[in-house]
Amino acid sequence: MTTETLIWLIPLPPALAFFLIVLFTNKSKALSHSVGVGAAILSFLGSMVVFFRAVSVEHLGEHPFESSIPWMPTGDTWFNIGVLIDPLGAAVLFFVSITIFMIFLYSVGYHNFGQPAGDHDRKGLPPHGATVEEHGHKHVVPSVEPMYSRFFAFLGLFAFGMYTLVVSDNLLTMFVGWEIMGLCSYLLIGFWYGKPSARAAAIKAFMTTRIGDVFMLLGIGLLYSVAGTLNFREIFGNEELMHTLAVPGATLFGLSLAGLIALLLFIGTVGKSAQWPLHVWLPDAMEGPTPVSAMIHAATMVSAGVHAVIRMFPLLSLDHNTMGVVAFIGTFTAIFAATIAVAQNDIKRVLAYSTISQLGFMIAALGIGAYVAAAFHLITHAFFKALLFLGSGSVIHGMEHGVLHTGNHSVDPQDMFNMGGLRNKMPITFWTFVIGGFALSGFPLITAGFWSKDEILADAWGHGHLVVFLTLALAAFMTAFYTMRQITLTFLGEPRTKEAEHAQETPWTMTVPLMVLSIFAVGYGWVGIPEDFPVLGGLVPNWFHDFVGHTLHEVPEAVEFSWAPLLTSLGVALGGLFLGWFYYRNVNSAKEDFFQIALLKNKYYFDEAYDFVFVKPAIWLSEVFTYQWMDKGAIDGFLHIFGPTTGGIGGFIRNYIDLPVINKFIGDGSADVVQWVGRSLRPIQSGRIQQYMMLSLVVLVVIGGALLYFLLGL
Amino acid sequence: MVPLSWYLIFAAGLFSLGLFGVLARRNAVAILLGVELMLNAVNINLAAFWRYGTITNMAGQVFAIIVFAVAAAEVAVGLALVISVYRRHNTVVADEIDMLKW
Repeated sequence: MTTETLIWLIPLPPALAFFLIVLFTNKSKALSHSVGVGAAILSFLGSMVVFFRAVSVEHLGEHPFESSIPWMPTGDTWFNIGVLIDPLGAAVLFFVSITIFMIFLYSVGYHNFGQPAGDHDRKGLPPHGATVEEHGHKHVVPSVEPMYSRFFAFLGLFAFGMYTLVVSDNLLTMFVGWEIMGLCSYLLIGFWYGKPSARAAAIKAFMTTRIGDVFMLLGIGLLYSVAGTLNFREIFGNEELMHTLAVPGATLFGLSLAGLIALLLFIGTVGKSAQWPLHVWLPDAMEGPTPVSAMIHAATMVSAGVHAVIRMFPLLSLDHNTMGVVAFIGTFTAIFAATIAVAQNDIKRVLAYSTISQLGFMIAALGIGAYVAAAFHLITHAFFKALLFLGSGSVIHGMEHGVLHTGNHSVDPQDMFNMGGLRNKMPITFWTFVIGGFALSGFPLITAGFWSKDEILADAWGHGHLVVFLTLALAAFMTAFYTMRQITLTFLGEPRTKEAEHAQETPWTMTVPLMVLSIFAVGYGWVGIPEDFPVLGGLVPNWFHDFVGHTLHEVPEAVEFSWAPLLTSLGVALGGLFLGWFYYRNVNSAKEDFFQIALLKNKYYFDEAYDFVFVKPAIWLSEVFTYQWMDKGAIDGFLHIFGPTTGGIGGFIRNYIDLPVINKFIGDGSADVVQWVGRSLRPIQSGRIQQYMMLSLVVLVVIGGALLYFLLGL
Repeated sequence: MVPLSWYLIFAAGLFSLGLFGVLARRNAVAILLGVELMLNAVNINLAAFWRYGTITNMAGQVFAIIVFAVAAAEVAVGLALVISVYRRHNTVVADEIDMLKW
């Protein structure tokens, strides 16, 4: 099979799995997850084959794998859709296929496959546990998710969307995959639709990302109207077109066409990748089945947004104004979300804000032109953040076990202050979580996060963006701090609740993905060690930079080595980790925590502000203005005027015209007249033939006489 | 030749006799007789107008013969009705035969 054919086939198994599960196998949990996981394995294998073939091709950047078919006639030409695997696509496909495979495997364990059905579990609510009798005494064990099959169907559809997005060679099919993921995101966040908070979060996520998507669609439309094609390589390879696009000041606000298009597309990314100011949906998205949808929303799907900007980078880099906006949004988001993460107590929400912050790093890197660094951080982040999310899910699962054991359901199994000391109970989760956390913090030299974050900082320093550099360094420091805070509160010290004492390690379906991902969270960094790094540089070639850098026509130069960013990133990572441990080793409750500042705890009141600025007015508009004033007041009022008026007119016609004139005068009157005439004429109907003849004679004589008189004039 | 007016006056007299019989007599058979007289008066008129008009035009004579035929049929039907009424109501007095009354 040619590589191109294989690329076409990669997205299909999950889509097929979706339809198979929905249509046929949804009654059987075992069959459904076999179909789902099987499809994930097929796509994974296909992706690996494609990846390794792509790696072995020289000059893949100039001659990528691409294939397209005419799809839709557009006037004289055809709109082509197709697949494209260039170096960037191959690198993204690599992590996407691994993480998706891991999600599928992990879901089997997370949804308690093999456990008995719950005592009183209901569809649309998380399972509450089942009572089993063993050796004569009863105890409560986790129960299987009631809508197990449905979850795998959604995951399959999600995987289809993600693969479609990655292998697309044009913006339109990419956008299709993008929207499919938006739908799946909605379905998965609202998976436990019995919870009002999950419903609200699903709607919030859908609406917020929709704002971005509308702008993105505008951008796509504008690009198509200018370029006449949406194929990446056709656009970026057309120098004449690129020059036209780059003419400064061609559109609004002094932006060039390229700048405006890139800005519109970037707003789509702001929604999808949860950048400020559209970040509000992501923390709420944690309402979904804890680790799995969290991982989808935090590690995989949001990466799609960054992937889209990286794809459109040649367009973006044509206008420095748009680059400035991108850099600002990214940098601001990085520091903004990091500060919020410090004050969160929910283990998933810390990770959610950390994700927003790290995505900000990538966006900022793109804004300062560090194309390769952004792609590198995208991939390393996907690995260690997936690891962290699955780890947090494993922690929560272990805590839920403790909650079921004690039966005290008032203990929140996600609140870190209820944990503590879990390192002994859940060793695999602990060590993998530490690896992920250190990678996120950028623990020097061994973790992947260090190399990618260092590269971003080095680029910021090397290109002279001092403000960006300092802000990102501060954000990196806070990242290390809140990560260590999380690890300390969750795993170190002594158990703070009975539930934490009874926590239990999770099954192999959950720990194996953790171990696999922790290998990548460490090892993936080594493919991108800068050439001139002291001591380590050059031991392994900077493969990532060479490979992904060739996606662009002008291969970006690696920045020269400088001690300043290196020392900075060493300092912030180690300093943050140490301070986090040092401060939180003695903190045992939220009250003792200095960083529980209301402003941070309430996420700078963005939800409240949006509620006040958008939601309340929208509700006011619908409730008060449209419903009360327009509908009930104006329209109903108008109708209420209409009703009595027509009623009055009708009554008038009835009482003064219909009843007296029509009925009495014409109706009854004509009947009366006819009756009177009949009664009057009745006597002449005597039945005596001679009277009739007499009468006819008289009439004849009279008429005849009259005729004679008038006609003949006699 | 006898002038036309004589025939017409005679026919008118005969017609009036018939009409009087129809209107004044109470016996239904007598009324039928009156009707016959009126028909014959008409026949006289027809014959007279034919004789004094265009002799080659036979319409007058033909019409008179049709009237005979109709009169004969009418008498047959009329007498049958009279007998039928008599059988039912035991009378032939026209005033008493008022079944057509409302």
